[in-house]
Amino acid sequence: MWLTFQVTGLALVIATAVGVPVGAVVGLTHFPGRRLVTLLLYTGMGLPPVVVGLVVYMMLSRSGPLGSLDWLFTPPAMIVAQTVIAFPLVAALTMSAVEGVDPDLRLQVRALGATRWQTGWTVLREARIGLTAAIVAAFGGIISEVGAVMLVGGNVEGQTRVLTTAIVLSTRQGDFALAMALGIVLLLLALGANAVLLQLQGRAR
Amino acid sequence: MTASHSPAFELSGLRHRYGARTVLNIPRLSIPRGETLGVIGPSGAGKSTLLRLLQGLERPSEGTIEMDGARMPHPLPLPVARRITTVFQRPLMLDRTVRDNVLFGLRVRGRSDRGPAGPLLERLGLAHLATAPARRLSGGEAQRVALARAMAIEPDVLLLDEPAANLDPANVARVEAFIRDAQGRGTTIVLVTHNTHEARRLSHRTLLLIEGCVVETGPTAAFFETPAEASTRAFLAGELVY
Repeated sequence: MWLTFQVTGLALVIATAVGVPVGAVVGLTHFPGRRLVTLLLYTGMGLPPVVVGLVVYMMLSRSGPLGSLDWLFTPPAMIVAQTVIAFPLVAALTMSAVEGVDPDLRLQVRALGATRWQTGWTVLREARIGLTAAIVAAFGGIISEVGAVMLVGGNVEGQTRVLTTAIVLSTRQGDFALAMALGIVLLLLALGANAVLLQLQGRAR
Repeated sequence: MTASHSPAFELSGLRHRYGARTVLNIPRLSIPRGETLGVIGPSGAGKSTLLRLLQGLERPSEGTIEMDGARMPHPLPLPVARRITTVFQRPLMLDRTVRDNVLFGLRVRGRSDRGPAGPLLERLGLAHLATAPARRLSGGEAQRVALARAMAIEPDVLLLDEPAANLDPANVARVEAFIRDAQGRGTTIVLVTHNTHEARRLSHRTLLLIEGCVVETGPTAAFFETPAEASTRAFLAGELVY
């Protein structure tokens, strides 16, 4: 359980740290290729995790461009795969959230003397309900994910076995009671993490 | 009302277009420092566009605007931009308390104190709402908070877009007293209003815009009492001039 929390938590932190600024920039600015970036982000939201796992596997395999890192079948490989899955969710939903803030508010904030950064930060703050939804959606997408972590992590006991891969293994072995118990733990973990996120959202209001 | 005569703004050859449509065409206009210029005219005359150009939110399609003798670039440098503020016709509240809305302009300038929020809200009859969520205010309350939010930063130039629209007479009096205070401090004000009485009460000079063009401008008393243009007389008489 602890490994599940570590892998998912770190992937979510990285995806949020990169995805929120990217989503905000795409949502708040106009630049050549913006429509293409938007299209890619929306497409990324529907990436099949197992395909992400396959690509990350190939990148990290000995003959791959990142093979020298020697991360295959280690938790860092699982974090990379989950970050790739979570990033477009965070970025695209952040973009939608900031686009939902009245554009006139940005003008009014600027007219009160805000710099571009202060304006962007203020808009993000106004869009915080949508931002929380983005992070919750990304969390839900990766904590329940099994294909990619199975491929790049290898489901090695004590090293890369997380709750979802353990459930798959227990089911295959016919140990349905253990699989069900692990499923309940996974659900409780998701429930707890979402409760914390919602609490943070409420405190920010 | 007193005003000095060195210009705060000089507009030359100003044209502004949205697509192929010219929404503003002002060959020359001077707004002296410390003066209140009332801008009246029908809807769609370009009044709000003029404010957006003076605030530096849009770049004029043609021509120049000078502020204190220096051409205003686009975007405006922050020190210049921070000397000007606008109270918009449809003021939007940030999703925080009334007090935090009033203090927003000071916060972005790095001030962390409560500054003048209390007295400003008191004068506008909003002290009891200081800790209320600003998004739940009525339109009239939001309008007054927007005025307090602008006044808190003590701007050199105050651009007002229908600041007293939708207010009851008691609150109109409060808002106008507020504007007079700013005049007393030497603030240059451009007051856009549909209300000719308000323009007459508050402006040193008045300007009539119709379809983006200046029909007539002059000292307020003369403008209202002896307008030179037939269109001005018709507008002031309440006739449809567009």
